[in-house]
Amino acid sequence: MEFIIITLIKLAVIAFVLLTALAYIQWVERKVIAHVQVRMGPSRVGPHGLLQPLADVVKLITKEGVMPPHANKFFYLAAPILAVFMALISISVIPFGTEFTVLGHRVMMQLTDLNVGVLFILAVSSMGVYGIALAGWASNNKYSLLGGLRSSAQMISYELPMSLALAAPLLIAGTLSLRGIVDSQAGYNLGFIPKWAIFTGPFPQIFSFIIFMIAAFAETNRIPFDLPEAENELVAGFHVEYSSMSFAAFFMAEYSNMVTVCSVATLLFLGGWHPLWPESMGSNFAAPLILAGAGAICLYHGLNPARPFDRFTLPAFAVIFFGLAGLMAFPPLVPVLTPLFWFLAKLSFLLFVFIWIRATLPRFRYDQLMSFAWKFLFPAALLNLLVTGFLVALVS
Amino acid sequence: MDFLFFFLFAFIAVACAVSVVVQKHPIASALSLVGVMASIAVLYLQLGAEFLAMAQIIVYAGAVMVLFIFVIMLLNAGAESRSGRSYAAQLMGPPLLVALMASLGFAIMRGFPGGGTVKFDSFQGGTAQNIGYALFTDYLLPFEVTSVLILVAILGAIVLARKEMD
Repeated sequence: MEFIIITLIKLAVIAFVLLTALAYIQWVERKVIAHVQVRMGPSRVGPHGLLQPLADVVKLITKEGVMPPHANKFFYLAAPILAVFMALISISVIPFGTEFTVLGHRVMMQLTDLNVGVLFILAVSSMGVYGIALAGWASNNKYSLLGGLRSSAQMISYELPMSLALAAPLLIAGTLSLRGIVDSQAGYNLGFIPKWAIFTGPFPQIFSFIIFMIAAFAETNRIPFDLPEAENELVAGFHVEYSSMSFAAFFMAEYSNMVTVCSVATLLFLGGWHPLWPESMGSNFAAPLILAGAGAICLYHGLNPARPFDRFTLPAFAVIFFGLAGLMAFPPLVPVLTPLFWFLAKLSFLLFVFIWIRATLPRFRYDQLMSFAWKFLFPAALLNLLVTGFLVALVS
Repeated sequence: MDFLFFFLFAFIAVACAVSVVVQKHPIASALSLVGVMASIAVLYLQLGAEFLAMAQIIVYAGAVMVLFIFVIMLLNAGAESRSGRSYAAQLMGPPLLVALMASLGFAIMRGFPGGGTVKFDSFQGGTAQNIGYALFTDYLLPFEVTSVLILVAILGAIVLARKEMD
């Protein structure tokens, strides 16, 4: 009974935080790309456009859902549900932080710790193709069919280098449980270099990290590999015919997949919630200092406003940042919140890289995409796995 | 709880298997087959073979069936029409099915006497370590022979495809 109640509470918290975060990642993306291109980005709805995601949700819900006349009704409606379901379910095995005790109950910062967690994520992501492929086929539109075909071919091709790149750090960690993998990366070499998979081991996993990230861009259909929705060739690819909430479902699935692959990269290669430098050198103070610094910057710009309304909005943000900093520095909460901070910091950095690359790189051509996967990425991943396996066997 | 899930997923597996045969559209049939694979994976999971369950989903429900659906979409196969049913098939079908099932059941009962009952979670050797160890010690030869077989199949496919291209 206790287990069920705790799980339900965790489920509610994680679902709420994840869904809100998905909406706001889109806001961050629009803002970052706008600033890269020297524009303002969303700025009308709420201060700094912060209520824009809310407005978008209201807009999408109240829009009319159009059903194209010759679509296959059942699969047309099932595809977005399948896509968003498969995208959201993988968050259930991802650990965010250490265990802690509240009111005598031990609580893990994770919904469930499977001993085949990595395989579960691979399985779910390989099932995610169906949503996109079916959407393209069921719309009965040549552009969406092309998008669906491209997407399934691309996801099958890039799944191989991705799985091979994932296998290499698993050889070093010696377990398939995500929590176990993170635990195996605790500690420091020479007293200050973290034992993350990309820095340590018989063979630093920096190559498989890069291969994994490249394949992750293709798996999530992001620029530079967003061929399935190439606007100038395919209108919008597999979701041309979708509107209203079913369009929103595909959007959510894409961003949720991004969060999943970035979490996996964080857990397998970047040491999960282990800090960048040891606690004895004050890594516990990083979180409050960074947040307090952000608060101080907001306060400074609020007192010297560039735009009239900054006088009111920026001090409010400063108060929020100072409050978070105080929470992070509050001694009883430090062992709970500091790991969470480090995990979220690495996750946000990787998500920022996704957005950064979208703002920077042009799209690949389709034949370039395929030959890159099969002629370069796949042999490179294979070679990396071979060298890692050989060195691991040699050392042990 | 275990029994509830067992009957739920066993029912889904059988229902999807029937649906594979009954559905008129090839895509619907292929997706029903995905349902069969996925629910069988859940049954593996209940017996305690986690690695096998995940491999089942990744390989069969994921990779193999995605390729099936890819090909069906590429060929743009439409719904099939029923051909006129032959009387003989209608008359002989059900009795032959029962006879096949009965002979299969008989063969299994004879071939594996005293197999004992299967219990949930009773299987202990289902972790990735166990399976890897078994594959590379006791079953090394079959494993390697299978990989050579697959390599030959890949080469054959490439040779056939090249002949078409020239």
